[in-house]
Amino acid sequence: MSNVITKQKQNPVTMTAKPSLGPQSWWEINWQSMKANKHGYVLMAPYMLLFLMFTVLPVLMSVIISFTYFNMLEFPKFIGWQNYSRLFLEDDIFLIAVKNTMLFAAITGPVSYLACFLFAWIINELQPKLRAFMTLIFYAPSISGNVFFIWLLIFSGDRYGIANGFLIKWSFILEPIQWLKTEHYMLAIIILVQLWLSLGTGFLVFIAGLQTVDKTLYEAGAVDGIKNRWQELWYITLPSMRPQLMFGAVIQLTTAFAVADVSINLAGFPSVNYAAETIVTHLMDFGTIRFEMGFASAIATVLFTLMVGTNLIVQRLLRKVGE
Amino acid sequence: MNFTLQLRKKRVNRSFMGSLLLFGFLAIVGAFMALPLVYAINAAFKPLDEIFLFPPTLFVRNPTMTNFIDLMTLLGNSWVPFSRYIFNTVFITGVGVVGHVLLASAAAYPLAKYNFPGKEILFTTVVLSLMFTPQVTAIPNYMVMSWIGFIDSYWAVIVPAFAFPLGLYLMKQFMEQIPDALLEAAKIDGASEYRIFWQVVMPNVKPAWMTLVILLFQILWATDGNGFIYSEQLKTLHFASNQIIQGGIARAGVGAAVALILMSVPITLFVFTQSKIIETMATSGMKD
Repeated sequence: MSNVITKQKQNPVTMTAKPSLGPQSWWEINWQSMKANKHGYVLMAPYMLLFLMFTVLPVLMSVIISFTYFNMLEFPKFIGWQNYSRLFLEDDIFLIAVKNTMLFAAITGPVSYLACFLFAWIINELQPKLRAFMTLIFYAPSISGNVFFIWLLIFSGDRYGIANGFLIKWSFILEPIQWLKTEHYMLAIIILVQLWLSLGTGFLVFIAGLQTVDKTLYEAGAVDGIKNRWQELWYITLPSMRPQLMFGAVIQLTTAFAVADVSINLAGFPSVNYAAETIVTHLMDFGTIRFEMGFASAIATVLFTLMVGTNLIVQRLLRKVGE
Repeated sequence: MNFTLQLRKKRVNRSFMGSLLLFGFLAIVGAFMALPLVYAINAAFKPLDEIFLFPPTLFVRNPTMTNFIDLMTLLGNSWVPFSRYIFNTVFITGVGVVGHVLLASAAAYPLAKYNFPGKEILFTTVVLSLMFTPQVTAIPNYMVMSWIGFIDSYWAVIVPAFAFPLGLYLMKQFMEQIPDALLEAAKIDGASEYRIFWQVVMPNVKPAWMTLVILLFQILWATDGNGFIYSEQLKTLHFASNQIIQGGIARAGVGAAVALILMSVPITLFVFTQSKIIETMATSGMKD
C-alpha cells in the first residue's frame, strides 16, 4: 500500500489525483491511482489488446487444447494426459526431435552467445569507420532473409558444390559426399549455418553495451593495477554490462531452441530418417499436415515450457555473475 | 610502464601480441561470415556454365546480366503480374512497420514513465513473451485469425506484427532515460498527456523508432504469409522468390539473382540506420 504512494511521490507527473481525506482502503488507493493514470491505460489499450489476443490468449489456448483430441472439424474432446503420455512413451520420432533440439540449443545457444560477445568486444577496439563495417559483415547474414539457400550450393551433393569441389580438387576425397543426405553430416551443417545466422539482435545489443561502459573506469583500473586487457574485461567490462548480458542471453537462447527453417530448407521436410527433426518441425508435421491439433498443442506446450524454463534458469544464474 | 603509456596514450593495457591474436581471429571469422554472401553475390552474375564448373570458383570470371534478364522474362510470364507481389510485400511491410512504431511507442510511454496498478504484470508478461518464439502459438493463432475473419488477407500478417513484443521492450527501456523534468515542464505549460506523448516524448525517441523500423522491417520483408494467405494475388515477394529458388538446378542462377535483390533492401536500410540502432540497443539491458 505504502509502495504505491512512495512511487507516486517519485514521479510528480502522476500527482494529479485529488488528495482525499481520511483513511483509505487498498482498493480505494488503487482506484484513485487508476483514475489518475487514465490516459496511460488509453495509450496502452490498442497495443495490449492485440498483444493479449495474438500472444497471451494463444498460449493459454494451446495449453487447454493440449488436453483434448481436436481435429479442427469436430468439437474438441477432453482426454486428459493422453497426448503427453503418447508423446513421451510412444512417439519415437519426438524423442529424436527432443534430442536434436537439445543438441542444437546446447551448442548454438552458448556458442552464439559467446561469439556475439567476443566479436562485439574485439570490434569495439576498432576505429569508428572500420567498426561500422565489421558490424555490418557480422550482422548481415541474420537480416538477409532466405539467402541461406546459398549453403545448398556450397554443400550440394554433386561435385559442382563448393565443399565437394575443393575437397576433390585437393584430393581429400575421391567422390562427392552427399552432405545433406547423410545423417551424421546433416546435424553438423545445420549447426554451422545456424551459427552463421545467429549474430543478430544479441550482437547489436553487446556492441551498444560496450560503447556505454564508462571510459573513466578503465583509466581508474589502470591506476589501480589492472595489467592487461583480460583483467580489464573480467573486472571492469563484464560487471558493467550485466543488464545487456542478460538481455542478450534471452535473445540467443530463445532462437537456439527454435531451429526449423534451416533444417527444413537444407535437410528437407521430413529429413532423411528424421535425422534433422526438431521439436518445431515435429510440431509443424502434426499441426499443418496431419491436423492432430491436440497432439500438436501438446508439442507446443512442451516447447514453451522448455524455452521459458531454460530462460528463467539462465537469468537466475547470470544475475549471480560478478556478485 | 611510463614509457608504454606515453607511446599509446589512448589505449592502456594493450599488448601487441594480444592485439595480433584477437584481430587475426576477427579477420578469419569475418571472412567465414562474409564468404557465403560474397559467393551469393558472385553467383548472381555468373552465366549458367560457370555455376556448374569443375573445379567450382568463388568469384565470377565473365560477369553477365543473363540471370537478371532471365528473371525479368520469368516474371513477365507469371500468372499474377509480378508488380502485384512487390505491392503486397511493400504494403504489408509499410503498414505493419508504421502501425507497430505508433502502437508500441504509445504503450511504452506509460510503462516507462508512470506507476499504475497492473504495470508490473503487463511488463513481466511482455518480457516473458520474449522467451518463446511464435511457432509455439501457431495453431491457436490460426483459430483466432479464423474467428475474426483475417484468414487470406493482409491483416493476418499485419495486425499481429503491430504487437511485436521486442519492439515494446526496446522502446520502453529507451524512454526511461528521458528526463522527468522535461515532462514536468510540458505539464506545467499546460500540455495534455496525449500532447506530451506526441510532441515531447516522440521527437526524443527517434533513434528507437529507427530500431523498431529495421527489426520489424526485416521480419515483414521476409514474410511468406505465415500460412494465412492463400490467394495467389495476395502472396508476398518472398513467397514468389522461394518458388523460383525451389525451381532447382535450372533456376540456380535466377535464384541467386532474386535472393540478391531481396537481401539488398534490408542490408541497405541497416547501413543507413546503424548508429541510431546502436544508440537504442545501449539502453536495452534487463534490470535485476
